[in-house]
Amino acid sequence: MSLMTEITIFVLAVFVGFEVISKVPTTLHTPLMSQTNAIHGIVMLGGLIVVGFANDGIEYVIGTIAIAFGAINIVGGFMVTDRMLGMFSRKPRPQSKPASSASRPGAGESDGGAS
Amino acid sequence: MSLLAVLKPGGDAATALYIVAFSLFIIGIKQGTHPTTAKRGNLIAAGGMAIAVVTTLLLDGMGNWGLIVLGLGIGSAIGVIASVRVQMTEMPQMVALYNGVGGGAVALIAWSEIRHGISLGEDFPLDSLIPVIFAGIVGSVSFWGSNIAFAKLQDLIPTRPIAAPGQQVINAVLLLAIIVISVVLAVDHESPSEGLFILLLILAAILGNLVVLPIGGADMPVVISLLNAFTGLSAAAAGFALDNVALIVAGTLVGSSGTILTMEMATAMNRSVSNILFSGFGGAPSGGGGGTGEERPHVSIGAQDAAIKLAYADTVVIVPGYGLAVAQAQHAIKEVADELEKRGVTVNYAIHPVAGRMPGHMNVLLAEADVPYENLKEMEEINPEMPRTDVAVVVGANDVTNPAAKNDPDSPIAGMPIIEVNEAQQVIVIKRSLSPGFAGIDNDLFYEPNTSMLFADAKAAASEIAAAIEDL
Repeated sequence: MSLMTEITIFVLAVFVGFEVISKVPTTLHTPLMSQTNAIHGIVMLGGLIVVGFANDGIEYVIGTIAIAFGAINIVGGFMVTDRMLGMFSRKPRPQSKPASSASRPGAGESDGGAS
Repeated sequence: MSLLAVLKPGGDAATALYIVAFSLFIIGIKQGTHPTTAKRGNLIAAGGMAIAVVTTLLLDGMGNWGLIVLGLGIGSAIGVIASVRVQMTEMPQMVALYNGVGGGAVALIAWSEIRHGISLGEDFPLDSLIPVIFAGIVGSVSFWGSNIAFAKLQDLIPTRPIAAPGQQVINAVLLLAIIVISVVLAVDHESPSEGLFILLLILAAILGNLVVLPIGGADMPVVISLLNAFTGLSAAAAGFALDNVALIVAGTLVGSSGTILTMEMATAMNRSVSNILFSGFGGAPSGGGGGTGEERPHVSIGAQDAAIKLAYADTVVIVPGYGLAVAQAQHAIKEVADELEKRGVTVNYAIHPVAGRMPGHMNVLLAEADVPYENLKEMEEINPEMPRTDVAVVVGANDVTNPAAKNDPDSPIAGMPIIEVNEAQQVIVIKRSLSPGFAGIDNDLFYEPNTSMLFADAKAAASEIAAAIEDL
């Protein structure tokens, strides 16, 4: 790929990125950050290519660490984002748990009668 | 060497699959614009990532499978454990850490690209050498900067600004040295020196440390966003070096996201990014009616009184801040809101953009406590409602409610947009003491005639208030 083609892709991606991301509401900014962390894990491809084609001790070591770092980003990022978004998309609320209005600690009656 | 080798590196098939992958990233983020579709969007983006990774593993000539499996295994295990264990209050640390490992990965890849290029013994083309140098510098700065941010958020090192005398000069010299070495490397592109490149990584590491160390806790939302943008750019640079479209596009998306968030956070503090990075609040003049140390008259109440004020209100607005996260009070606050709603009181939440330690921090905590996202109001949306609000409850927030930002042009936070709780009929501030917030200035709100202070731990106070309302 020529440098100019790559720069074209880069510039277009900047516009797409700004367009799409500026529409994410502030409520979802934390999951947005953890999701983009996960997407950033794409750099793991670089690590895979380094290790996959390496034949040098130091490249083995730094490439493997790079793969591990990238995998932390990908796996951890997508999983924690999923966990957070699960909280946002929960059904309205688990109304009326039975016995929620009764018995709250310290709510008066039968306080063990000390002193 | 491998049975899996079916795709030619740099070939059309591999590139086409990478294009599919980054398209899925964009679709995934686009779905993230609404809470109900965001979860699906995240899965779509993850699917894109799976395609990108599998494509790479299928490249012809890939070897060293043992090491690849080792790296994947260790990283995935850490990722799984971290994502399952992390508390929602700790999300800023987690994101800082992810920024860090992302930047670290880029710096390491850049280093091995330099080694690889040198070992080939050929002229290093400038259109890959320059991105490699850039990726190395930015990756190293992000790695170390993020680790410092993590350590501050995790209270491993003091969150107070730490600055050496003449720090600006040291930073400037470091930056200059980095630029000079980069130029030397680029000029010498026929045989760039690996030693110089490693020196570059080390200087960038020192710079990353020195830039983030002086930044205090309240500025963390900006710093984390900025480091996010940096790691994104470094990934895009790595994409230029490796001729990989997936890296270029994905890195650019992350860079755009971090940049947008950085700008929003800086606007919400009415400070420029460079002001936040290069001058802690410590250097600001401590003008504006604060810091005199003398006790000013204020009204102090207990949980019972607070409960009565709240229970007989029609509209209540809760203003959460970092103190809510520290006290893990989100569930207790939700109990208060539930009790009030049972009595027909309308309860909304006013979220300042920089409340907490990262963008959207409060929203995640309240979502964890099952607060419907419709009730989370942004600053611009809630401020016009304030005069019609009977009681505003400030929980663990301070500077973002300080009316001095509006009224006192000499205040260090003058001009910062605030949640105008002082416009509400009554204000209850749940706080441990009258101590100033991060900006180190007194909060005039505490001494207004319609403000009542409830001195307590946020979680304990909220539980007491909820119980008291129930008993009314």
